[in-house]
Amino acid sequence: MFGSVAVTIEDPRRVIEAVWRIESARVVAGLARMVGDIGLAEELAQDALVAALEQWPESGVPENPGAWLTLTAKHRAVDLLRRRTRYERKLREVGRDLEVRQETAEAELDDALDDHIGDDVLRLLFTACHPVLPVEGRLALTLRLLGGLTTQEIARAFLVPEPTVGQRISRAKRTLAEKRVPIELPPPAELPGRLSSVLEVVYLVFNEGYSATAGDDWARPSLCEEALRLGRVLAGLMPGEAEVHGLVALMEIQASRVRARTGPDGEPVLLGDQDRSLWDRLLIRRGLEALGRAEALGTLGPYGLQAAIAACHARARSTEETDWERMAALYRVLAHVAPSPVVELNRAVAVGMAYGPARGLEIVDGLGAERALRGYPQLPAVRGELLARLGRAAEARAEFERAAELTRNERERALFLTRAASTVDGAAGTGEG
Amino acid sequence: MRYMITLSVTSQPATPPPAELMEAIMKLGEEATGAGVMLDTAGLAPSAQGARVELAGGRLSVTDGPFAEAKELISYALYQVSSKEEAVEWTSRFLRLHRDLWQGWEGEADIRRVMGPEDFAAPA
Repeated sequence: MFGSVAVTIEDPRRVIEAVWRIESARVVAGLARMVGDIGLAEELAQDALVAALEQWPESGVPENPGAWLTLTAKHRAVDLLRRRTRYERKLREVGRDLEVRQETAEAELDDALDDHIGDDVLRLLFTACHPVLPVEGRLALTLRLLGGLTTQEIARAFLVPEPTVGQRISRAKRTLAEKRVPIELPPPAELPGRLSSVLEVVYLVFNEGYSATAGDDWARPSLCEEALRLGRVLAGLMPGEAEVHGLVALMEIQASRVRARTGPDGEPVLLGDQDRSLWDRLLIRRGLEALGRAEALGTLGPYGLQAAIAACHARARSTEETDWERMAALYRVLAHVAPSPVVELNRAVAVGMAYGPARGLEIVDGLGAERALRGYPQLPAVRGELLARLGRAAEARAEFERAAELTRNERERALFLTRAASTVDGAAGTGEG
Repeated sequence: MRYMITLSVTSQPATPPPAELMEAIMKLGEEATGAGVMLDTAGLAPSAQGARVELAGGRLSVTDGPFAEAKELISYALYQVSSKEEAVEWTSRFLRLHRDLWQGWEGEADIRRVMGPEDFAAPA
């Protein structure tokens, strides 16, 4: 039914992997709608993948590999449902559906399958990120079902053993089945809470990749790309949600600095010291566009505000040209909608830059008693920067040394110790990572 | 991984591009954007409106287009995907549309990886 395309230089296995990455979320999502069970849907999709791995190296890659996978998986679904009498009713629906589709010309097949596909993918994403699941279960299931990553790839990226990831995924699927979580979009009243669970998962994936250090397996930083991709997919499916665009904007802008935030020997480079010519202009442009979409939809939420703050850096050609007043104001709003000592500490940095180190220091000193910041190396590091700018070099050095003691990251320790050594009377710097 | 895909036409039919092709291209573009993989794309005006600056034998020379070549560069796209094969698959879909919807059109797409942070990472 399909003509073969001449793929002589390509390894069929790698072609199948690529097609799987492109198609698997849509295949699984469509199947999940048919059979009403995510675990079963994934098994059926896996069967189709296995069939491809068996057949394509012999027969060649089909003309339309995505449609082949979808159709093969649907055939398996129909077979399965036929065997299960209790699915009698669904069988009729599906059987009818399939007959119609088989009559559809090959060129129209995609359209027919695409009709609900956006909604199917969205339902799948909301189900994979359901609050009934523990966070690590949500992460693994989302990457597996929506990203098409293998258990092995997820394990490598998260630095955990493969069986652990396998258990997280199977446990999550079981929980969804046992708790009879319907594969549906949340009702409007629950949407804000459920959406924030989805956004949290996407941003956790991003941060896991962003926290990768030099020497890490490339699977880790590539999590940033996968999170960005998921965010963009979500923005396409929920264009009216400001926070979705806000999160995409935040991730695009943060990702734009990836090349600049590590030095030639793998050491971290603070934002103020980064070579801004290394920032990815395309990602910045995309981030600012996404931020514009979020702003056009109304009031910014926590992600949108963080994106707006990141945009202050992205728009500036240097630390000196940064709009610190605007940033301090944005942090003030952020501290109001999403209060946290870390936000307050960052606000101190912005205030210190906008209105002088003494004003920043007042905020930091107000945070001294915060339990959450106890042992947090950025607290003495920020205090050190402010003291250094006030010309209180000895106190500043002590703070940098304290920060060096607290950090568990060797590279960061070296950075703080260097900062301590270079702090002499009158030296100034900025401190934000 | 980021890939730049440049599309050149090698044989242009006398007929104008059919509306169905333009529609299908737009739909595929929406799909690639919706899948979160296409970052940027644009068509290029005919080389008759461009110029070429060359350095040879220590001398700079400027030549106005059109360029006397068998193929003409007509568009580019930037994709962020996880493998070369994924870029090949999206590109194949694009060329398939031309084959199916515009009789006689021939062309080629070059897929090149854009260097990224992975190329500048410090040694492990």
